[in-house]
Amino acid sequence: MNRSEPLVLGIESSCDETGVGIVRGTTLLTNAVSSSMDEHVRFGGVIPEIASRAHLDAMVPTLQQALDEAGVQLADVDALAVTSGPGLSGALMVGVAAAKALAVATGKPLFAVNHLVAHVGVGLLDSGKLPENLGALLVSGGHTEILRVRNLASDVELLGSTIDDAAGEAYDKVARILGLGYPGGPAIDRIAAQGNPAAVRFPRGLSQPKYLGTAEQPGPHRYDWSFSGLKTAVARFVEDCEARGVEVPVADVAASFQEAVVDIITSKAVLACTENGITSLLLGGGVASNSRLRQLTRERCEAAGITLTIPPSSLCTDNGAMVAALAARIIMDGDEPSGIGFGTDSSMPVSTVHL
Amino acid sequence: MLILSLDTSAAASAGLVRNGVVLQRFASTDTRSHAEVLAPAVEQLLAAAAVRGTELDAIVVGVGPGPFTGLRAGIATARMLSFVWSVPLHGVMSLDAVALDAGHAGGEFAVATDARRKEVYWARYRTESPLPVLVDGPHVGPAEDVPDLPVYGRGAGLYAERLTGSAAATELTPDAAALALVAEHTLARGGTLRPTTPLYLRESDAKVPGPRKKALL
Ligand SMILES: [Zn+2]
Repeated sequence: MNRSEPLVLGIESSCDETGVGIVRGTTLLTNAVSSSMDEHVRFGGVIPEIASRAHLDAMVPTLQQALDEAGVQLADVDALAVTSGPGLSGALMVGVAAAKALAVATGKPLFAVNHLVAHVGVGLLDSGKLPENLGALLVSGGHTEILRVRNLASDVELLGSTIDDAAGEAYDKVARILGLGYPGGPAIDRIAAQGNPAAVRFPRGLSQPKYLGTAEQPGPHRYDWSFSGLKTAVARFVEDCEARGVEVPVADVAASFQEAVVDIITSKAVLACTENGITSLLLGGGVASNSRLRQLTRERCEAAGITLTIPPSSLCTDNGAMVAALAARIIMDGDEPSGIGFGTDSSMPVSTVHL
Repeated sequence: MLILSLDTSAAASAGLVRNGVVLQRFASTDTRSHAEVLAPAVEQLLAAAAVRGTELDAIVVGVGPGPFTGLRAGIATARMLSFVWSVPLHGVMSLDAVALDAGHAGGEFAVATDARRKEVYWARYRTESPLPVLVDGPHVGPAEDVPDLPVYGRGAGLYAERLTGSAAATELTPDAAALALVAEHTLARGGTLRPTTPLYLRESDAKVPGPRKKALL
């Protein structure tokens, strides 16, 4: 195996994107993605069985597209990689079965990698080196986490995460309450631009002292988030308007909701960074393309002396290139492949970077 | 004709069949670890027979009906192997394997497998040589729906008391080697096989949410 600049093909299927990406070392060659998002619109959220059915049909065409775009033959590939968790188990199963078959058919080594850590892996592309004292803030429809990354291939620690809904899920639910459609993130972001973020003071979950504690004596959820109470507060507000026969100020509610989400995400993320010696933060996940989240994260990181990196949107959402990028790093670090006997793990912890 | 066959509609199985002779076979009893065991099984099967994937004449996969997640593991595997090796790919209805293995003596019979949720996947066949002929199905439903005939397969054993007909060979589940034989007989007679579109028979459980209830009015 070429360990200095390996040509790696990565497969991702943990949620509703079927992704196949190819990297050479830290250089991105291609990033083919097929999304089943349109099929979930009428349900207002990702339906695992529908996503899994779509993965099955998209897998080989997406692989073909990636190979064509990169001008790469399977024979040239040094190694294969696949997301084995965390994620929707039925969806993960399709990618893992396909990746193992690809490994059997080509005889190439296969690396089973952690989806969350792979989100950080994209930060390597086209830079080649991860900064010192690195942290990662991942915000998407499936996750909301703050990680400390000492070594991408072997030492990643979960500092905090949502204890109920993911931030993107909260956006979807609130968009539904406001009649803004799916996916909720872009819809709310758009209409919030015309609203007053201070119009309604929505709650910031897990921000009371009993949850936060102090730096010396941290409370039980110092770096954790909760969005279910916020969603309920928005529903109450809208119901109250309707009960009083007042028109719902949709733009103001959207802006105020977004402000509550972004405020608590960024304040806790920056708190986690400053208290854990993190001086470089990578923002990833689908919600990383939210304009207000980008803006406030940038402002607060700047104020705290933290260097912020936000990869291009196409690499923030789920994709195969991030899987390949992480595996390439694992290979360059000298680690061994996973074999083909592993299973999927829908709740794989971030401390397990690869199997 | 050299065929590699896979089926994950119930347990996971794989077979390597040359001109009607089963060279190698693999079968698991577990119905929940298809994605773990199938690829290693394929690798071992080919190695044991000293066959390279590109030497295959066809890959055959059971397209169900079967529980969704497991069923997809076999189809995803078969499609990828076929793509990389450039070997023709065919689907065969998984119950056909049980129908062949049943070896029914004459007349009509039925086949049933476990569909979970207290239901069975079933189909009705007519005995013919060399292959039983599908008369009706596949269907999913309660065991009471299966016609009053001898009913073969694990689904018959699970709900024997609810069948109008009689349960037989209740240990039988779809086996990949039998699927390969079905495919070989069919192709040899100039017949056509199925695409690899899974026979889910059930919709995803997703429900379109209704309009949000207004608080008052
Ligand atoms: Zn993700």
